[in-house]
This record gives sequence, C-alpha cells and structure tokens, in this order.
Amino acid sequence: MKQPEKNTSETLFLLRRFREFMVGSGARYLGSILSVVVTVLTSFLTPLLIAGAVDAVTDTLNGAGGKPVNLPAFLAGWFDARGGSEYLARHIWIVAALLIAVSLLGGLFQYLRGKWSAEASESIAERMRQRLYSHLLDLNYDYHVKAETGDLIQRCTTDVETVRRFLASQVIEIFRTVIMVVLALSLMSSIHMPLTLISLILIPPLFGLAFWFFHWVQKLFLEADEADGKLSAMLQESLTGVRVVRAFGRQRYESDRFTVCADAVHDKSVRISRVMAVYWSGSDMLSMAQTGLTLLFGIYFATRGEITTGNVLTFVSYISMLIWPIRQLGRILQDLGKSIVAMRRIYEILDTPAEADTPGAGPAPLYADIEFRNVGFGYDSRHLILQDVSFTVKAGQTVAILGATGSGKSTMMNLLQRLYDVKSGEILIGGRDIRTIEKKYLRSRVGYVLQEPFLYSRSIRDNLAITREDATPEELDHVAQVTHSDGFIRQFKEGYDTLVGERGVTLSGGQKQRIAIARTHRAIREALVEGRSKGGRVPPTFIISHRLTTLADADLILVLEDGRIAQQGTHEQLIRVDGLYQRVYRIQAALEDELNREVG
Amino acid sequence: MQQQQEQDYTKRLDAGLWKRLIGYMKPYHKYLFAIMATMAVSALCDTLFPLLTREAIDTFITNGAAGGRAWFIARYAGTLLLQTACIFAFCRLCGKAECGINRHIRKLCFKRLEELSFSYYDQTPVGFIISRMTSDTARLGETVAWGLVDLFWSAAYIVITAVAMFLLDVRMALLVLSVVPIIAVAAVWFQKRILAGYRVVRKTNSQITGAFNEGIMGAKTSKTLVREEANCKEFSVLTGTMRSASIRAAVLSALFLPIVTSLGSIATALVLHRGGTGVLSATGMVTIGTLAAFVQYATGIFEPISSIARIFADLQASQAAAERVVSMLETEPEIFDSEEVIEKFGDSFNPKRENWPGIKGDIEFDHVSFHYSTGEEVLDDFSLKVKAGQTVALVGETGSGKSTIVNLVCRFYEPTKGTIRIDGVDYRERSILWLQAHLGYVLQQPHLFSGTIRENIRFGRLDATDAQIEAAARMVDAEGFILNLEKGYDTQVGEGGNRLSTGQKQLISFARALIADPAIFVLDEATSSVDTQTEQKLQSAIVTALEGRTSFIIAHRLSTIRSADMILVIQNGRIVERGTHSELLAQRGYYYRLYANQFREEGERAAWEAEAAGAAV
Repeated sequence: MKQPEKNTSETLFLLRRFREFMVGSGARYLGSILSVVVTVLTSFLTPLLIAGAVDAVTDTLNGAGGKPVNLPAFLAGWFDARGGSEYLARHIWIVAALLIAVSLLGGLFQYLRGKWSAEASESIAERMRQRLYSHLLDLNYDYHVKAETGDLIQRCTTDVETVRRFLASQVIEIFRTVIMVVLALSLMSSIHMPLTLISLILIPPLFGLAFWFFHWVQKLFLEADEADGKLSAMLQESLTGVRVVRAFGRQRYESDRFTVCADAVHDKSVRISRVMAVYWSGSDMLSMAQTGLTLLFGIYFATRGEITTGNVLTFVSYISMLIWPIRQLGRILQDLGKSIVAMRRIYEILDTPAEADTPGAGPAPLYADIEFRNVGFGYDSRHLILQDVSFTVKAGQTVAILGATGSGKSTMMNLLQRLYDVKSGEILIGGRDIRTIEKKYLRSRVGYVLQEPFLYSRSIRDNLAITREDATPEELDHVAQVTHSDGFIRQFKEGYDTLVGERGVTLSGGQKQRIAIARTHRAIREALVEGRSKGGRVPPTFIISHRLTTLADADLILVLEDGRIAQQGTHEQLIRVDGLYQRVYRIQAALEDELNREVG
Repeated sequence: MQQQQEQDYTKRLDAGLWKRLIGYMKPYHKYLFAIMATMAVSALCDTLFPLLTREAIDTFITNGAAGGRAWFIARYAGTLLLQTACIFAFCRLCGKAECGINRHIRKLCFKRLEELSFSYYDQTPVGFIISRMTSDTARLGETVAWGLVDLFWSAAYIVITAVAMFLLDVRMALLVLSVVPIIAVAAVWFQKRILAGYRVVRKTNSQITGAFNEGIMGAKTSKTLVREEANCKEFSVLTGTMRSASIRAAVLSALFLPIVTSLGSIATALVLHRGGTGVLSATGMVTIGTLAAFVQYATGIFEPISSIARIFADLQASQAAAERVVSMLETEPEIFDSEEVIEKFGDSFNPKRENWPGIKGDIEFDHVSFHYSTGEEVLDDFSLKVKAGQTVALVGETGSGKSTIVNLVCRFYEPTKGTIRIDGVDYRERSILWLQAHLGYVLQQPHLFSGTIRENIRFGRLDATDAQIEAAARMVDAEGFILNLEKGYDTQVGEGGNRLSTGQKQLISFARALIADPAIFVLDEATSSVDTQTEQKLQSAIVTALEGRTSFIIAHRLSTIRSADMILVIQNGRIVERGTHSELLAQRGYYYRLYANQFREEGERAAWEAEAAGAAV
C-alpha cells in the first residue's frame, strides 16, 4: 500500500521540477487557462439567450406578454423595463444580435486560448529539446559508448511530444471539463433541481465507462503495437537480407512469414476495432438516452408548469455540451500516466551527471614533451586494460604503437584526449598533469581519428570543414590531396558537394577514414602553425598500427602486449634485442624471402 | 537518387490515382458499400432527433395533449436503438475495412517486393520501403475507410437535413442554407492551410529526430573534435523553426473553429429572428417546436461542412502516400521469367519442381556486356568458360566490379548484351528459382535472420534434419563456438544475427549454404572476418566443400585464391589479367603487386597474433 503514496509524491516532485521549463511561459499559460473560463461562460450563455427568446415568444403567443423575460438577471432588467416578454418577442433581433456578439466574444477567447497555450507549450518543448540535446553532448564519452541510440531518441522525441501535449491540451481540457460541470450544475440546479438530477443520472456511468474502458483497452493497444513492431522488424530483416532470400530461392517462405506477421497485425487491430465498436455504440446510446431522458422529463415538468419550454431546451443543450468532454475526461485521465512516465524518462537523461572538468583546469602549452608515468586504466578494477605504462616522447617526435588487436593501443589515445581519465599514474604534457588541462582545450588540439569515424550527414565539403568553418576551398583541396581523398571525391558526380550518409552516397570504411583524417588534419595543421609561431616547437605524433614496415622511421616504437609496454626503442635498437619486435621482424623478413621464392 | 527523396505533396487532388488505388482494394469494395449505406441511415437518425423534439414541444407542451406519450417514447427509443446499431455497424465495418485493406495492400506490396530485381533494392533504401509498407499503407486504409464514413455521413446529413428543413419551412430553410456556402469556403480555405502548416511541422519534426540521431550517434566523434557547442547552436536553429512552425499551425487551427462557429451563430440568429417573428405572425405558420428544431439544425450544420472540407484536405495530404504505394505496386521487375518458362517450371511462389531439369554446373559467358541502369558500364564483351567443378577466383580492389560477375552468375542481374549459358542452355530459358535453388551464396556481410542458429542453418534446406545441420556446422568448423554458447544450436542469434560476431556469422552463413548442397557455389569475401586460426582450419573445409561444385570466389585471403583453377584480376570494371596463380605471378603485373602487398600484410598480422599468443603462454 506504500507504493501509490510514493508514486504520488514522486509525481508531485516531477511536476515541481518541471517548472524550470515553464519559466518565461507562465503568463501565457495562465492567460490561456483564463480564456477557457471566458469561453465556457459564453458557451453557456447562448442556450440561455435562445431559451429566453423562445419563452418570450411563447408567452406573447399565449397572451402573457407582460411576464418578465426568462434571461439572466443582467439582461432581464433591460427588457423588463421596456415591457418584458412582449417587447423581447417583438424585438427578437436584439437577442439574435446578442447571440452573434456572444459567439464572437467566445470565439475570440477560444482563439486566444489556442494561441497562448500553443505559444507556451511550444516554448516549453523547445527548452526541453535544447536542454536534452546539449546535455546529451555534455555527457561523458563512456555514456555514449554504452548508449542505446534508439531508446535515447525516443525519449528526446516521443516523450517530449507526450509532455508537450499534456501541457498544451490535456491539463487545460481537464480544467475546462471541471469548470463546465460546476457551472452546468449550478445553473441547472438554480432552474429545477429534480430535472437536474435526472439530467445527470447517466453522467457518472458514462465517465466510469470511459475511464475503465481506456484503461482496459491500453493492453490491446500494446499488443497491437507489438505486432506492428514485429512486422517492421520482420520486414527490416527480410529486406536487408533480400540477397540471401533470393540466393536460396526462399520467396515463398518469406512471403509466408510475412503473412503470419501481417495477419497478426490485422487480427489485433480488428479486435481493437471490435471492442471500440461496442464502446462507442454503447456510450453513444447512453448519451442519447440521457438527452432523451432530459427531454422527456423536461417536457413532463413543462406541462406541469414547473419550468418553461425554454428551460427544456436549455437543459437539453447543456447536457449535450457536457457529455463529450466528460467522456473524453476518462480517456485523458488514463493518458496522464503516460505523461508522468515520459517526464520520468526525460529526467533520467537530465539527471545523468555531465562530464565535469577538473576544478581549476585551464589551457596549457601543448607543443611539448609527453610523458606517460606508470599509467594504469581499466573500465572496472578487476579488468585492467593498461598497466604500468611509462614512456617519454619529445616534442616533434613520432611515436609508433604496435601490438595485436586488443593490446590497449586505442585506449592509450583515449587517455591522451581525456575521453577517459587514468586510473593510476599520470600523463604529463610539458611536465604538467593533463588532468589540469581543460578537456575541450586539449581535445581541440590533440587530433584524433577514431577507428570507426562518424561522418555527419551533410556534404563532403561540410564534413571536411567541420573543424574550421572558415576554411577556403583551396585549403580544403589541399587537405584532401594530402590525405589522398581528392581522388575518390572527384569521382562523385557532385564532387565536394556530394552528400554522405543516409540520404547520400555510402562511403567505404577506408574512404570514411580518409575524410576523418582530413578533417582532423585541419586541426593538426592549425596547431602546427600556432606551435611554430610560438617558438618553432611541434607536438609529437602518435601512429597506431600492426605493420612494421610503415613505422620503421618512428623516433620511438612502443610494443604493447596485454596492456603493458613489452618493449620500447627505435627500430634499430629493437631488432637487436631478443623480444616480440625482433621475432615479428624476422618473420617479416622470412615472408619477403618466401614471396621472392614463390615468384621465382 | 531521385527515387529516394520523399516526394513533396502534389498540389492537385488526383482522382485517377485514388481510383487506381481503390481498384487494388477490390475484395473490400463490399465493405465500403455497406459503410455508405450505414452512414446514410445514421445521418437520417441524426436528422430525426430534432424532429422528435419539435413534435414533443408542439404536441405535449403547446397543445397540452395528454395521450400518445408511450407512442412517442417508443419512436424515440426506436430511433435511438437504430442509431446505436448504425454506430456499432459502421465501427465494425470500418475496422474490418481499414485493417483488411491494410493487410491486403501490404501483401500485394510484399509479393511485388519479392519479385523486384536487385536494381530496385540498389536504388531504394530499406527504410523507405519499410515506411511504405507500414505507415503509408496504414494511412491509406485509414483515409479510405474513415474518410468514407465521414464523407458519407456529412453528405447524407446535409442532404437529409436540407430536405427536412424545406418540408418544415422553406424560408427558414433558405436562411440556414444561405450560410452554408460561406462556411464551406471558409472551411476549405482553413483546412488547406492548417494541413499545410502541420506538414511543415512534421517535416521539421523529422529533421529534429534526424538531428538527435546524428547528435547521439556522432557524440563520440563530436567530443574528439570538440564540436559540442557548434552542434548545439545548429540544433537550436532547428528547434526555433519547430517552435514557430508549430505555433503558426496551432494559431491557424485556433482561428478556424471560432470563425466557423461564429458563422454558424449567424445562421442561428437568423433562424431565431425569422422563426420568432413567424410564430407571432398572423398566419402562425411557425410553431415553437419548429423554431426549436431549426435552432438545432442551424447549430449542427457547420460540422458536416467542415468535416467534408477536412476529408478533401486529408485526401490531398495522403496523396503522397498513395502515390508512393501505387508506384511501388506498379514497378515492374527487370528480371523475370518469360511466360513459357513459368508455364513449364512454375514461378517463384509455386514452382513445378517435377519439371525441373538437373544441373551439372558448366557455365559460359558468351560475349557478355553489362551496364547498370545508371549507364555505368561494368563489363564489356566478356567471355569465359567454366567447366563443372572448377573454381574461379576474382581479385581486385573494392568497387572494381568483382561482385557484378558474381551477380550475373546468380541472375541477380542479367547481361545487357550476350548470353550466359548453364550446361549449354541460356539461363533465361530456365526459371529464376531453378537456378537459385542450385546456388550456394555466402556474402561478405553475412545476414542471419532472428531465430536460433539451428533455424538459420536450416534456411539453406528447409527439410534438413538436426544431424545434417550439425554435420554442416562441423564441416565449417563452427561447432566449437556453437557448443560454447549457452544453448548451443538453440541459441538465439538476435536481430540480423547481431549477438554473434561477424566471423561467427560468416561461419553460420557458410554452413547454411553448404547444407543446400548446391551445384554452384559463390563466396563473396566469405571468410574475411574470421580470425587467422579459424581461417586456416576453414580453408581445408572450403577445399572439401567446393569439390565437385562450380565455384566463384571473391577473396582477398591469398590461400583461397592460390588454389583456384582460374584467377580473374579486375580493375575499374575491366578484366586486366587472367590465368592461374603461377602464370599471373610470372607476369609481374597488377596481380603480382596486389599479391605481394597482401602477402606481407597477412603475414605480419598472423605473426603478431601468433607471437602475442605464444608470449602469453
């Protein structure tokens, strides 16, 4: 029994926190709620005007033209002073004009309600989207390594939309319905209490039916959604694997599988439509019965002279005005749960701590020696990826890191960019611990090409210019040449303007990498230029590979083995010492011999 | 590329297109007619209620009649029950029609997809096809079924109400109907703009989704390039557009209803004035009940009008979906069996296997040329004879055209000039399914279907026993890793096989091809992702597996190439060298350079792995 209590307090907590997004939109939101009140008032006035006119005409016809008019007090006095019902009946255009005026007034506020609530809720949604987006980018690297993209996108789009709709329409709709019920109840009961009770007799069952039905039917919708999901998944898989399907001649098999999925979707949806048919016709019957009851009993009370014909029409109008919102209320209340869940899911993202920099971290000169001192790293304490890694590189030197897959090569580079921080030991640049250097400063100056680089879905030109947007075409051309990507870029019909990604061409892994190097190269080059002007120093370069031949000229070669530096030195030094490098080098030499022998 | 772009919306309503589409829904025409009939009855009931109110007021209140109440209640209840029945009926009919049309069109589309050639798939991303098959078809079912409901109810309601009003009082009827054209014009004007407004919103919304997608997928890269702030700045432009577009659309719809209601209130006011005066006039033609009925008609008339306007706007908006679906249904496959062939051997869904000839595996390219529909020439006057049981290796850089030759063998594409013969007969004289049933095809990007490992291997031969499946797995040396998995052969591989590594998927897809016992084997970089050790073991399996089968191998692993009976070296879509391994090496040409480079790369990688493993021991 404690659970619901906790849920309520959690809901309230969420709603309270949510006010942060409403800052600046509160006045509009309040305005739209007040507009609802005015709209409801005017909509209740219209039936009263019609009733007054009908009664005045009836009384005049029956020779009782002197009776006071049956209108709200603030209007009745004016007519009564001029002769009551007869005057109204003979000047019925006045009521007709009032009718139009009231309708225009109501319309104006209905418009304002829509406008203001849209302005408020859209601004709120905009704030949510921006907060989510910038927060996601601020989360640390590790979060994104583990992130489930589909789920995150759903939270940022569907959930935001759910919350927006909750604010833009649901809250206001609930408010409107409550006002309507209260107002109708007080107006009707001031006319005739017994008829009021009869007119409301089927309202609770109608509301209850809606509330219960939409709770119950959610399960069916969920099942239908699942069937839909299965169909999409089946299609996705079958169409992606269309070559396999054809290669094995399995068209029949696949279309049978498709039929099963399509049938499931069909059956689930038909089931929903069947219960919907029962619900809609049943609740419509109740609604019509309620109107009928009001009409019949109204006529009964009218023939007994307890109320007027106009009163009967008023009751019938009010009831038909009330029924729809009440039925909707059941549905909306059921949907509220979804909005709360959506809010919770949004806050799960926002509550994940963003990547923080070390306090006091700032820029530092980077064109200096780099030292790894007893560096250790692991994602968890049991499983170490790097252990006791120590080496020093002088500015301007080239370092080659060699090792088998999984030996920890890329992890070293992740640490150098502070995508992760070391677990033990330290990395020093120019004698300064890199944890005291601002992350963004460091990253923008340590060029790093990921193994699986991501290209933005825009033109190749824009992708190249992404690290420096003011680059001239000549500069881009130059970078493309240096990285040997100009060749394949020119082969595309649209050259540098070719779109990459989903809407454009698919690049091969190698091509992607070359563009990634090119865009990073821009950053490096800039750093180089900057470095030279500050005293001719050039930062060290790291190259990761498993091939010896490309790396023989490096100033320092690090041989990694299971997260440790097994050997370090220059090529000349390493081939002379017994060890991994020498063994691989010998094998390589043997390979060369074998090749020559084979060719003969 | 044009085919990929989601088309923007056609401006004019294209009646011919909808007619064609409704033609595809033939089995559901009877439902559609039933819906129309039900809606007419329902509209009649809706018109009857104000008449009943009128009668009640005039009979019981004005004239004070005491009798006839039971008869009145009975008629009221009868109308009520009839209306309830109508609502139930059209909900059911509509549900059935909507879901049925959905399913029917989806099946038609899927059948067409299974017939379409690869050229279609090359040009159309899977995402687009899926959205045609899911959201577009759903939208069409909904538009047709529910649009029809609203359209028929509205039209019938306006007509029947007009008739009722004319019968009651001609002048008041004319007054009410006088506002109809104005409301209609306003409704059409607004509905068009509102829909256009929401279209912009939807478009912006999908851009926002795309931006989130890119932001999240590219977050790691953005971090290394320190692009966070620039990305946020670009994103805020998008959300700003979204906000103003949404507000614009919302303001338009907020304006629409008040305007139509106000126009409606003019009708009510006119009726009230005219009716009130009429009741009091000397002729006394208008009764209080009639006045009350007219007030109800006048307040009720704007709803069907705006709903007709909405339906037409809706149709216009759904037209793009209709165009996409119809164009997919009407795309003709480029590769298909001739009628005589189908007559003899059956089609891909109902093959006549009893008439199928056997296959030996001789393959001949006779002056074959091929170019893609884009005009890009890939093969020019290419001739090649492969005897049954021989192995042909294709070597060259990515994108050089190796896959094209293989695709031609598989008849995924057909030659644009020349002939391909299998066992001496032009393969177009046999059915596509015949060839593909005798084909084993292993791709570089191995594609598995969700399900168990066992089911995936069985895909190659649907009637294979468990023992045969396990034998096939053993043959490609996959049993070791399979038995290490928690559930062995019954392990779920996940969507697209994603729970397995690429190397493991390649082994499974190899086993899947093997179990089909094909006469022709195609390996497209089939073992590129397995580790060196497994690769070496697999090598002997490949040799055994290919024995007695004609095979085409695209490979960059040297061991596979070396033993081929013939090697074709392809560069920029041309065959630049052909011969056996030793012949080609002796030429010291392109193949030699390729080979030497590859030889070193492979050797070193193996050395690292072996040395590292040795050192760890």
